Amino acid sequence: MKEKNWKPLLLLSPSLTAVFLLLVVPVCFVVVYSFWLRAPSGQDIPAFQFGNYAKFFADFFYPSILLNTLRVALETVILCLFLGYIPAFFFYKTQSRLKPYLMLLVMLPFWISFIIRTLSWINILGDSGLINHLLLKAGFISAPLSLLYNEGAVIMGLLQYLLPFMILNIYVSLDGIDKSLTEAAQSLGCTEWQAFKEVTLPLSMPGVSAGCLLVFVLTCGTYLPPMILGGPGNEMIANLIFKRVIGTLDWPFGSAISVILMLLLGLIVYTYNRYMGINQIFKSLSNG
Amino acid sequence: MTQERDPAFVRFAGIEKKYGRVVAVKPMDLEIPEGSLVTLLGPSGCGKTTLLRMLAGLETPTQGDIYIRGKRINDTPIHKRNLGMIFQNYALFPHKTIFENIAFGLKYRGVSKTDMQKKAEKALETVRLPGVGNRMPSQLSGGQQQRIALARAIVIEPDVLLMDEPLSALDENLREDMRREIDNLQQQLGVTTIFVTHDQREALSMSDKVVVMKDGFIQQQGTPEEVYNNSANHFVADFLGHSNFMVAVVGEKKSPFLEARLADNTLCLVSPAEDFAAGAKAEIVIRAQKMTLGYKTDFTRQAEMNYFFGKIVDRSYMGGEVSYFVELAQGQVLHVINFVKRAPYRRGDEVYIQVDPFHCRLLAP
Repeated sequence: MKEKNWKPLLLLSPSLTAVFLLLVVPVCFVVVYSFWLRAPSGQDIPAFQFGNYAKFFADFFYPSILLNTLRVALETVILCLFLGYIPAFFFYKTQSRLKPYLMLLVMLPFWISFIIRTLSWINILGDSGLINHLLLKAGFISAPLSLLYNEGAVIMGLLQYLLPFMILNIYVSLDGIDKSLTEAAQSLGCTEWQAFKEVTLPLSMPGVSAGCLLVFVLTCGTYLPPMILGGPGNEMIANLIFKRVIGTLDWPFGSAISVILMLLLGLIVYTYNRYMGINQIFKSLSNG
Repeated sequence: MTQERDPAFVRFAGIEKKYGRVVAVKPMDLEIPEGSLVTLLGPSGCGKTTLLRMLAGLETPTQGDIYIRGKRINDTPIHKRNLGMIFQNYALFPHKTIFENIAFGLKYRGVSKTDMQKKAEKALETVRLPGVGNRMPSQLSGGQQQRIALARAIVIEPDVLLMDEPLSALDENLREDMRREIDNLQQQLGVTTIFVTHDQREALSMSDKVVVMKDGFIQQQGTPEEVYNNSANHFVADFLGHSNFMVAVVGEKKSPFLEARLADNTLCLVSPAEDFAAGAKAEIVIRAQKMTLGYKTDFTRQAEMNYFFGKIVDRSYMGGEVSYFVELAQGQVLHVINFVKRAPYRRGDEVYIQVDPFHCRLLAP
């Protein structure tokens, strides 16, 4: 009898150990670091004080970057949702034999380095990039448009990174929907569009919800697109952490910002699941 | 009040469906009488479901026309055909309550809220599940879910009720109950029903008319008794129930029967058939249930009966009856199903088989 109890734990222990060492321990280090004191000499002194946190909230500069991050993340989520649902729905509907290859195309970007992909946008959006070059050649404009180093470019960079996550999440959800449900809805008097609204859309909500959350959290944690494609005003919270830790080697303050971001995201995820949970979304949509 | 019933309420005319080069339904004509329950019966891939889905509007025929009440409906979209559809896996909307599921079709027919409530409640009573309106489909058992699907389909008062293997996802015991329920409900409502199944028992027990299909073509259509007792060909005889086939050459008339010579040169009396000339090759079909076994030691010959002798090589006990496999001297194994009288025969017993010539029918080879 006793054997039964520890056997699953024993079998799980390699992965539990890996998770613990790779995820829990580093986070603990960061939390501990966030209480340390940074001496003017640049030395990190072990301590337990809230100075780093106080510094973050001392004026509006740091919180405004955090708010900016949340806003950009929200915009990215909304764009991703609309741009991602359509291909996901196409994959669900298509009977084409090319479907596996088309789905492979969605995965293809993952094979190319994220940095390279982000840098490549400079060649497309830059002053002498593809778009400006074509527009100048065609005579639509006389001077290059400034398409780079603004929020639009940052969101573009985020989209190309995050869209596959959204598409795949929604597709998995759609693929689980029994096709006879739409047929039943149509036989009961729905047009194709009404059947989509009544059946397919609400039932794909778990995927939509998961995709949105994933895209939101990933956006809050990325620093490459704003760093490469953004201007000075497009800094996001991860850039700030990057600068503190790698730039000025201020580990305690960088850690404190990380902890604040982590707590905030934790709170958002919790609230999202609590109030926007799958059941809730089902109910709110099915009454319409 | 005997209203004139349309014998061709639903009519398929020269209907055909191809998927690329694969022909799912070969050009065929079929008429479904008003108020009847017609079963499309056949093995998987015989085109029965495709035929149903073309009527529902879920598949477009490659050629041919479909008529309901004499009106061509090829170009009518699904949602305007007013058909009730029942699926194998129930297809209840999992995110809607039972009430919302049943009221779904009414909502799209502009029925008022109060009427909707009334009709949905009545439909729930009809399927004997009153008071479950507020539950979610997942809270009901498979049988209950299928009854809700039935309620959802009948509440819109469809012209035709289409059922695509509605019982195959249910347990054996439940299937029997549900089959009777559908049968009773269909009689009670008098709605024209097309029932697709691969289960011969379902087809024979509830249909007014059985349409046996194979390879995209109708093999035979008729009442259950007709297709069972007067199977048109080898396939139908083999597919419905358990049949034995013996190759024979048609011989002389021997009133009231016909003589046939079997492969081992013995004579066998068969029931008369007009379209077989003496000397023609044919196949004798005998139902497993129509043959009676007896111990060879107890054998006494009766006039105008056919006899075969052999040894029991296998048997399976099925409760009320036993299925025996008897190997004849010439090597053929006959399948005999008999009720258990006293002790069942055992493997190795020498037996005789007696069969009335009336139950030996000739089929074209």
